[in-house]
Amino acid sequence: MTITAEPRVEGKGGYKVVGTRPIRHDGLEKVTGQARYGADVHLPGMLHGKVLRSPHAHARIVSIDARRALAHPGVEAVITSAEFPQPSGKVADLGEGAMMNPKFLSNNTMAVGKVLYKGHPVAAVCAVSQHVAEEALSLIDVEYEVLPPVLNAMDAMKDDAPVLHERLFTADTPFVRPGGLRDDDDSAKGSNVSSHFVFEIGDLDKGFAEADVVVEREYRTKAVHQGYIEPHAATATWNRDGRITIWCSSQGQFAMRDQTALVLGVPASQIKVIPLEIGGGFGGKTLIYLEPVAALLSKKTGRPVKVAMSRQEVFEGTGPTSGSFMKVKMGATKEGRLTAAKATLIYEAGAYPGSPVNPGAQCMLGPYDIPNGRVEAYDVVINAPKVAAYRAPGAPAAAYAAESVVDELAEKLNMDPIDFRLLNGAKEGTRRITGPVFPRIGYLETLRATKDHPHYSAPLEGAYRGRGVASGFWFNGSGPSSATASVDHDGTVSLLEGSPDIGGTRAAVAMQMAEVLGLPAEDVHPSIGDTDSIGFTSNTGGSSVAFKTGWACYEAAQDIKRQMIERAAAIWDVSPGDVDLADGVFLHKSDPELRFTFKELAGLLLETGGPIVGRAAVDPRGVGGAFAAHVVDVEVDPETGKTQILRYTALQDAGTAVHPSYVEGQMQGGAVQGIGWALNEEYFFDDDGRMSNASFLDYRMPTSLDLPMIDTEIVEVPNPGHPYGVRGTGEIPIVPPMAAIANAIYKATGVRMTQLPMSPGAVLDALGRCEGKQDGG
Amino acid sequence: MAEKGPKARALAGGTDILVQLRGGRFRIDRLVDVKDVPEMNQLSCSDEEGLTLGAAVPCYRVYEDPVIQRMYPGLVDVATLIGGIQIQGRATFGGNLCNASPSGDTIPALIALEASCLIEGPGGGRVLPVEEFCLAPGKNALGDGELLTALRFPPPAPRSGAHYLRFIPRNEMDIAVAGAGASVTLEEDRLHIKSARIALAAVGPTPIYAIEAGGLLTGREANEESFEAAAEAAKAVAKPISDMRGTARQRVHLTGVLTKRALRKAAARAKEA
Amino acid sequence: MSKKTHVTTNINGSDVEFLCESRQSLLEVLRDVLNMTGTKEGCNDGNCGACSVIVEGRLIDSCLMLAVETEGKSVTTIEGVASTDGLHPIQQAFLEHAALQCGICTPGFIVAAKALLEREPEVDEGRVRHWLAGNLCRCTGYDKIVRAVLDAGQRMKGG
Repeated sequence: MTITAEPRVEGKGGYKVVGTRPIRHDGLEKVTGQARYGADVHLPGMLHGKVLRSPHAHARIVSIDARRALAHPGVEAVITSAEFPQPSGKVADLGEGAMMNPKFLSNNTMAVGKVLYKGHPVAAVCAVSQHVAEEALSLIDVEYEVLPPVLNAMDAMKDDAPVLHERLFTADTPFVRPGGLRDDDDSAKGSNVSSHFVFEIGDLDKGFAEADVVVEREYRTKAVHQGYIEPHAATATWNRDGRITIWCSSQGQFAMRDQTALVLGVPASQIKVIPLEIGGGFGGKTLIYLEPVAALLSKKTGRPVKVAMSRQEVFEGTGPTSGSFMKVKMGATKEGRLTAAKATLIYEAGAYPGSPVNPGAQCMLGPYDIPNGRVEAYDVVINAPKVAAYRAPGAPAAAYAAESVVDELAEKLNMDPIDFRLLNGAKEGTRRITGPVFPRIGYLETLRATKDHPHYSAPLEGAYRGRGVASGFWFNGSGPSSATASVDHDGTVSLLEGSPDIGGTRAAVAMQMAEVLGLPAEDVHPSIGDTDSIGFTSNTGGSSVAFKTGWACYEAAQDIKRQMIERAAAIWDVSPGDVDLADGVFLHKSDPELRFTFKELAGLLLETGGPIVGRAAVDPRGVGGAFAAHVVDVEVDPETGKTQILRYTALQDAGTAVHPSYVEGQMQGGAVQGIGWALNEEYFFDDDGRMSNASFLDYRMPTSLDLPMIDTEIVEVPNPGHPYGVRGTGEIPIVPPMAAIANAIYKATGVRMTQLPMSPGAVLDALGRCEGKQDGG
Repeated sequence: MAEKGPKARALAGGTDILVQLRGGRFRIDRLVDVKDVPEMNQLSCSDEEGLTLGAAVPCYRVYEDPVIQRMYPGLVDVATLIGGIQIQGRATFGGNLCNASPSGDTIPALIALEASCLIEGPGGGRVLPVEEFCLAPGKNALGDGELLTALRFPPPAPRSGAHYLRFIPRNEMDIAVAGAGASVTLEEDRLHIKSARIALAAVGPTPIYAIEAGGLLTGREANEESFEAAAEAAKAVAKPISDMRGTARQRVHLTGVLTKRALRKAAARAKEA
Repeated sequence: MSKKTHVTTNINGSDVEFLCESRQSLLEVLRDVLNMTGTKEGCNDGNCGACSVIVEGRLIDSCLMLAVETEGKSVTTIEGVASTDGLHPIQQAFLEHAALQCGICTPGFIVAAKALLEREPEVDEGRVRHWLAGNLCRCTGYDKIVRAVLDAGQRMKGG
């Protein structure tokens, strides 16, 4: 791996900027502490809000009495759900493809009638300081009638299970992901299963009949949190004229605006969301939590209100990803050809519908060409925090199950696990079980690179050591995106775009603009606009930004290029068709005397017809799917069950790596989140549904001391659907790690781990090292 | 402090008490910063006198002290594994002991090293062996107005060594799932054990002084068989609970593993001492 | 609301006076009273290192120190790491190695690395990983951070 920043090294594919490693534009502010994040807002006269949360996992709210809190010195206002307009949750109200059920969204922000998880907001207070607001929380008297909680999907699906939503119906398609309620005149009993659907291809019975080897296993994973280091925070002002301004860190200022508008019952145009720097999201900052609360507290007091979560509130009140139950059966011929696969995925959505079981089902077997298959999926509500997206939502757990089975099949067939995957790997033209046909993808190239990597053939000696490999697929996302850019008279370009930058995307999109214009990356100055200053841009999510906003920047740059060519032509009094831009120089195609550098022409704009602004709004199709393969060496301490990662290598197809350092960074970060998920992270609930480990102390994310260097190799099979061949890169690296580590633990110990996390206690149990009876589940 | 009785607490490193106060674990009226009290800040260590460690001395002063490094490596083990560097810049042995957590890492090491608590109070001073200091989770033997001022360690006996280790799922920044501290003094033949002390963390309501486990080693050879016997005896006195950090059976098992490992290293140190 | 205490301390080389409640942590005072928001809150219980500052030459979590304890002491925060001449070698190394993604943990890591390298620039990977174990990063997997700190150590040794 090359590590040092060497600007101006020519990139691959003949690019001048794309593929190089410039210093990111927002870097200086972030290494000096100047960058402003969600909690860094200080406004004159600002009050501090805190949210009162349910101590019970399931209870009816009998009454809320805030009189004692309001009488406390320094307290300015208290709100409850009574302040929230209550939108309908009937499925008929959902627009086509709508991803939000307004009622569920609202009720998750402030509980109505019932609380559905420990940590569910029931009231909020604002006061002159955070300490006073905290004191006031204990002075709000809430009477609950405690109900029995349902804490996992298997229990929730039983006939006699307590029902969370009395009117929730079971949809039979993946398209009602946010869930829907029955009509008022429909008297059927509510279900905890909010959707149940099936994908099928070929003839399953025939496929298994053709198989010589069949492996069938069950897997269980626990809810895990995204674990971003920045807790959620939102500051709002609700002006007397009804205009609302919100400062927050999120993965999408427009999503925050539109969700807040839904919950507050005001037009989106009445809200301006100003995006601050975001201290990590991984999918978890795509939902509103505090924004409407801060806005309503401001409305009540006439002053700006900031509400910030504690770490415990982040764990208990924001979305982890689903816990899951999965069953996978796969068959292959003795020559190693996969003939059939059958899978059932049951994902826990938390208190409201909307687990990522659909993408999980779609990605689970994505790496393989399987003629006969059936994937069945359930979305189930339980008394736990409503899940939010988490990096390749749904796919990592699914891949853990499928890639463990694949490893076992290869072993039974006596085949190298990479050879087995090469034989069955998806390529251009392969139809997935879930329907779509792959365009040009780089799975086989990634597998070959893995097999050729020195790690894969390096000797690994010693007892209780093992090497595992696994792969993964994530389809990547896109969406609407906007960019405008103005040419400054000093020859630089000011770029305004709409994608909050979590991991270096300002650089990645500015570099694509610079490439078009023949400028150094440093001469494009990117910033991120608020909802009033830039066109709609969908979330920073789905590994979409380098693809879609990169494309918007590419198009905006083309717009600048076209206008500057016209300007040069006008100055020279020639036809624009005779002028070209190459390496940052405008040239007449046949008269070498006629040339302007970009900088020279930029300096002439104001006196030759006025400034030039380029703009683009895109909603590009053609995302290229992402594939990865990871190799890991572990050592297991048989006396304690603890697994140490000795060596780790991540490989993936990035299409074209725009800024390779940040692609590597995504690969390393995703792999390490996966290591945490594999080994220690989990939501640990007590019998009453209270999370016992809601702190960084006991949630146990990996520290620097738990890890080796994470080696990376970027494979580049350009995506034909993007001007520079870009594929999304951010999510796929969290898909393979859990299976790779499980497969390595098997090699080290001879035991197949079928539950996550593969914590020391779980491994000890699997090894049969502890005396006495195992505690359940 | 005497004036406020149980509503007053001493502030040393603050790494536990500030978190507990924020979490509403208890309410107090007065928090007294004791870091500038000279007796509580003393660190004196010599071959003749042993070690006197002020209750407010942070971990880093312990592990950076060359005399302690030479005389009490078992103490350095503990000082370097509490929290991360930031915590070690503040956290104190005295605070960890007063906190009386079942999983307090320093406590088994203190017991193994035969440390005593120097306590001052309105009624004068008293000395208490560390193994008698913790009464229940979060409850220690200090009376109203009493203060733990320092810990006193006897000089290490000839041919003695000590070690503390714990099991945590990560490699840092965790609370012990189980922990074991041991000290071993060898006979002049450097083969047989003259005496041994074993103490355990996180396997009972307080840190446990496993007196029988240590006692049965007297006169035995310092070998795997002996350590195995001591480990079994340690397991027998471990009475852990199951919680999010580990199950009871896992903790009992780990008690055996850790006791053996602690004894091996303590004995190895004793052989070289 | 409790009565406030007057505290005089030295922050990043300048004498600073402030009023605070005795229950306020140094972190709160830095951020909310002094408007020095470069020091970040990640957990408020000493388990993430985002609020790392140096007090009297020692690296600590500012969430676990009361502001009143800083009376007469010297404090270094992220805002005091760069000089008027330019970035500190650690900051430069973080930029060149792409050792940050979202950047929220970055001030804490840089302050922690400074506390290490100014005492011992000659460090190896193991030492850096051990020293930084009290600082959580969720984006990078630590690889590029460790490389940046090692590189910065070389630069500081040479310079």
